[in-house]
Amino acid sequence: MSLFAFIGGIEAGLIYAFVALAVYLSFRILDFPDLTVDGSFPLGAAVTATLISISGWNPWLATLMGMFAGSLGGLATAYFSVRWGILHLLASILTMTALYSINIRVMQGAATMGLLNDETILTPFIHLANSAGLPEMYTRPIVLAAFVIAAFVILSWFLNSELGLSMRATGANIRMSRAQGINTSRQVIIGMMISNALVGLGGSIYAQANGSADASLGTGTIVVGLAAVIISETLIPSRKIWVRLLACIVGAIVYRMVIQLAMDVDFLGFKASDLNLVTALIVLIALVVPKLKKKVFA
Amino acid sequence: MIEVQNLSITFNPGTPNERRALKDISLRLENGEFACIIGSNGAGKSTLLGSIAGDVPLSGGRIMVSNTDVTKLPAEQRATYIARVFQDPLLGSCGDLSIAENLALASARGRRRTFRRALNRHYIETVKGRISELGLGLEDNLSQPMGSLSGGQRQALSLVMATLSPSSVLLLDEHTAALDPRNAEFVLDLTKRFAERYGLTVLMVTHSMRQALDMGTRTIMLHEGNIIFDASGSHRKDLTIEDLLAQFRRVRNEDISEDRLLVG
Repeated sequence: MSLFAFIGGIEAGLIYAFVALAVYLSFRILDFPDLTVDGSFPLGAAVTATLISISGWNPWLATLMGMFAGSLGGLATAYFSVRWGILHLLASILTMTALYSINIRVMQGAATMGLLNDETILTPFIHLANSAGLPEMYTRPIVLAAFVIAAFVILSWFLNSELGLSMRATGANIRMSRAQGINTSRQVIIGMMISNALVGLGGSIYAQANGSADASLGTGTIVVGLAAVIISETLIPSRKIWVRLLACIVGAIVYRMVIQLAMDVDFLGFKASDLNLVTALIVLIALVVPKLKKKVFA
Repeated sequence: MIEVQNLSITFNPGTPNERRALKDISLRLENGEFACIIGSNGAGKSTLLGSIAGDVPLSGGRIMVSNTDVTKLPAEQRATYIARVFQDPLLGSCGDLSIAENLALASARGRRRTFRRALNRHYIETVKGRISELGLGLEDNLSQPMGSLSGGQRQALSLVMATLSPSSVLLLDEHTAALDPRNAEFVLDLTKRFAERYGLTVLMVTHSMRQALDMGTRTIMLHEGNIIFDASGSHRKDLTIEDLLAQFRRVRNEDISEDRLLVG
């Protein structure tokens, strides 16, 4: 693998780390398998790209709006599920489907929205590093890592707070949580909003790092998130929340590296269009390996 | 204080499966009273507890707890006034969370949860004393997951959890039924001790006539959704299991064999 491909893999891994943290929150903490992310990732990208390139917004505000839009996606799914008793998986599929159309509307009818020459939240850091003599190739992953670490610190702090603890209890034992005075519906709604805000942020940063948003960007986002979470559990088993969250970030990076490697190595003979097949295989391996380990050492 | 006024609960009303689980029941427990509820399967014991806790919707009537009308409140808001221990040890606590985290959850019952760190040092020190008095040696393993404990340990901790925050009403739904006799005895002792120390108003469902007479200050018998027997004070003192069975036969005017009621 070339250095360029390696750095590219880290960069992509860092962007999907937001998705990994989000999926950990919905899937593991709230026990809510949430396919909304396939819609809220491109939603964050579309909102930010459109606000920056068409409306000329400040990129930070545009990023914040991308997050906010994502959280609304989570709100919709949680509301369908909690208020109307629609099965969580189905509720999230409905939101995801609706978001596909909404995303194209956000981009004013176009399937893509470019922001190649626009100012993004990355621009000032790149300029700064350039003047210090650091090439852009290195600046971007460093800045992305800083964003991811910030999300990690906030999420870790939240999940260890009294409110975060009640969210964890809600996903683990809903009846006991109610008996302890926890409004479990509210917990699910808030958790799903935070989760999809993180996904929206990931999409928003993806658009700014890659110079465009695309309506088809979201396909398979949930699989990437799941892959990262499952790889993290296989590689770094621990019950501590901060370790779990950090492991999710590592999982996302490892996952992107493995993909990069699989697609790069010539003798495997994968083409670009085999990406989804490779993705599914990696998730499958990550799921089976822990069971094999148990069998072998049992 | 618990007061139930003209409580009726009908499951599946208007369908062929309609079942009247509670038929116009009224009951009042004063502060500090400890009542045991006994009755055969389907008598409405758990339904009564569930309706007071807010799990079972009412068909009619009114429920007051600690001088507050809770009839229209959802379960999580009633939790401000009511602590509970379930029959299933797995149900009353979170197996995925640690002992300390479970206790932290319970200690915030009835008040606003904040962004403060759930497990701060001061808090840990406070609960350590409560756990060490159980004599189970769990106070040094507070970060151990609840799921790794035995049923008896979990029920004992559930009782501690139920008495961490200042609510005065405790609902026990056959909380020793899933335990072996030795652990059941241990948890019952604990129940007595906590009820006295904190002056709790307790409603305890049991399958055991022995417990229903030995525990607490009052014995209530339910049958097919009606209260058929209610004894307290000196009248209760001299009661035997045989008396309870006789009561049962007399009031219901039917021959109920002893094995339909579990004699403990």
